[in-house]
Amino acid sequence: MTGATTPTVSDAASGRSSIQARLGDVIFRRLALGAGVTILVALAAVAIFLVAQSLPALIADPADLRGEPESFWHYVAPLAFGTVWAAAIALVIAIPIAIGIALFISHYAPRRLAQPLGYIIDLLAAVPSVVYGLWGITVLAPAAVPFYQWLTENMGWFPLFAPPASGTGRTVLTVAVVLAVMVLPIITALCREVFVQTPVLHEEAAYALGATRWEMIRITVFPYARSGIVSASMLGLGRALGETMAVAMVLSPSAIISLAILTPENPSTIAANIALNFPESAGLQVNALIATGLILFIITLVVNSIARAVVHRHERSLESR
Amino acid sequence: MLAPRLALGALAALVALVVSGCAANEIGREVLPGSLIGTLDGAGSSAQSAAQEVWIATIQNANGGLTINYEPSGSGAGREAFLAGGVDFAGSDSALSSDELDGDFGSCVEGTTGIDLPLYISPLAIIFNVSGVDRLQLDAETTARIFRGDITRWNDAAIEALNPDARLPAATITAVHRSDTSGTTKNFTDYLAQAAPDAWGAEAADSWPFGGESAQGNSGVVNAVTNGLNTIGYADASRAGDLGIAALKVGDEFVDFTPEAAAAVVAVSPLEEGRAEGDLALDIDRTTTEPGTYPLVLVSYVIACQQYRDPEIAALVRGYLEFVASDEGQAVSAEFAGSAPISDDLAARVLAAIASIR
Repeated sequence: MTGATTPTVSDAASGRSSIQARLGDVIFRRLALGAGVTILVALAAVAIFLVAQSLPALIADPADLRGEPESFWHYVAPLAFGTVWAAAIALVIAIPIAIGIALFISHYAPRRLAQPLGYIIDLLAAVPSVVYGLWGITVLAPAAVPFYQWLTENMGWFPLFAPPASGTGRTVLTVAVVLAVMVLPIITALCREVFVQTPVLHEEAAYALGATRWEMIRITVFPYARSGIVSASMLGLGRALGETMAVAMVLSPSAIISLAILTPENPSTIAANIALNFPESAGLQVNALIATGLILFIITLVVNSIARAVVHRHERSLESR
Repeated sequence: MLAPRLALGALAALVALVVSGCAANEIGREVLPGSLIGTLDGAGSSAQSAAQEVWIATIQNANGGLTINYEPSGSGAGREAFLAGGVDFAGSDSALSSDELDGDFGSCVEGTTGIDLPLYISPLAIIFNVSGVDRLQLDAETTARIFRGDITRWNDAAIEALNPDARLPAATITAVHRSDTSGTTKNFTDYLAQAAPDAWGAEAADSWPFGGESAQGNSGVVNAVTNGLNTIGYADASRAGDLGIAALKVGDEFVDFTPEAAAAVVAVSPLEEGRAEGDLALDIDRTTTEPGTYPLVLVSYVIACQQYRDPEIAALVRGYLEFVASDEGQAVSAEFAGSAPISDDLAARVLAAIASIR
């Protein structure tokens, strides 16, 4: 009797649970699909808004734009240059330091020191950008003035350090240092994650061949982590390109394209230019600012695609090895 | 048994919170019933925001049923919102342009326009931080050449000629302007364009027409001038703090900045021509040689409808602006926002225009 009933109960139970599982599957699949579609719709909506609002500025008489440039492209070129320039200098400063910190945490520091250090680096990422901006104008910029003057006086022949030196220290270099501090935690955290994942077998094999610790890192950790370092740097670049508040507060901008990084006149960035001019703009000037936003959108898209391509190619070459 | 008791306790705590919240709001305030009841929304000039705040706080204390909101979103944004009918009044550092006057006004009766009321006069100061120099005297031409970058050293002959008693260092001048678009820049460049057209060589503009060092906002410029080396800049006089303020040459004498001298230049300035009755856009005469006038001022307007679609809103706007234009209203903004009170003569004209709002 019991033997006859038990299977039916368990059958019914398993049948019900499989229906439930199927229902759960369906619901979850729909939710995941919905989430995936949402991001695409949001991106498309942003792109449509940018293009629609930019058009009036792109076809308008450039004499109606702020500063009366020859054309819209003359207006946006220094801004696009400044955006990429400041972010690039920031990365040049940040990447070596970030890799150094990540290596120290993953391979050199004793465990008791490594963990708290990791937390502190993560904490840096949580500081809002206004705070970095305030630090930039009240501490970093005034402190850098004598150093900048010395550089322009003694190394002015080098295009980057061309005189005159800024009297307030609000230069592209100061901005780049602030940006570097801001992107440091992102790059460090990601690099650390990748370095830790280097297969122990590889590392031990390197030691077995008589490698020192530095040689081991060079022949096992770096090749393994290269694509991770690139993607970490690109995430950092994304933040540096879009940073608004800190740049607007710290930089002394002009509508110029210049490689000198210590002068009073610096190319501004797109995001900072929008923040500085939007409140007092009206009509076509607003359209022009949105059009520069469209250019920033395109720049970030291109930079990210290049980064993807680099990472992808490297992954392929790792697999084929 | 436990659950109801808990709920009761929570309710009691909530009531206590709400009651104490009300009480905290009203500490030190005497809220009078007043005759103005309703809500007004305004937006615009951030230069006016401190003055608007104190005007609103004062009139709301006198009228318990009145709520006024002012969003300091910037002059351009404020005018745009007013034209679209989103706000009942706007604050703006420049008067309505002829294009805007030809267009539609969302809150006004069709066929009528907005009017400009000069209610906020803010003196601007040329601030400097030069080692060993306490007093600096400048005329418009020298100022223009300093800010254009034509004069690059503090001991330049042009500056020394104006300051025979000062010991000027042989240091590079760092002239700091605003990096954001602002009414302050527009009025400063207007002064240079009017008083030294040849040396300046540009028109008045709300964004800086030349290169040079710059910083964001009044506080950014003050910060850069304070922390920089041998710097000079311009900012709202109320923000100058301990920095030196240059005296300006008017006629044959040097005028130190005072609120009275700033109000005096507005008093001698004519109205812009070709404006409708009640539209008091001023044509600030910065070339005046009248003794005791300080020509570097920013005049910010409150823009309202001549005829509102909603008569109740019109009554509220009239009540609010009558207070703002009154001696009391101008006195509180002078005390808390550092503005210069408008002259009696101008106040009478503004009050007449306000009385015509329907």
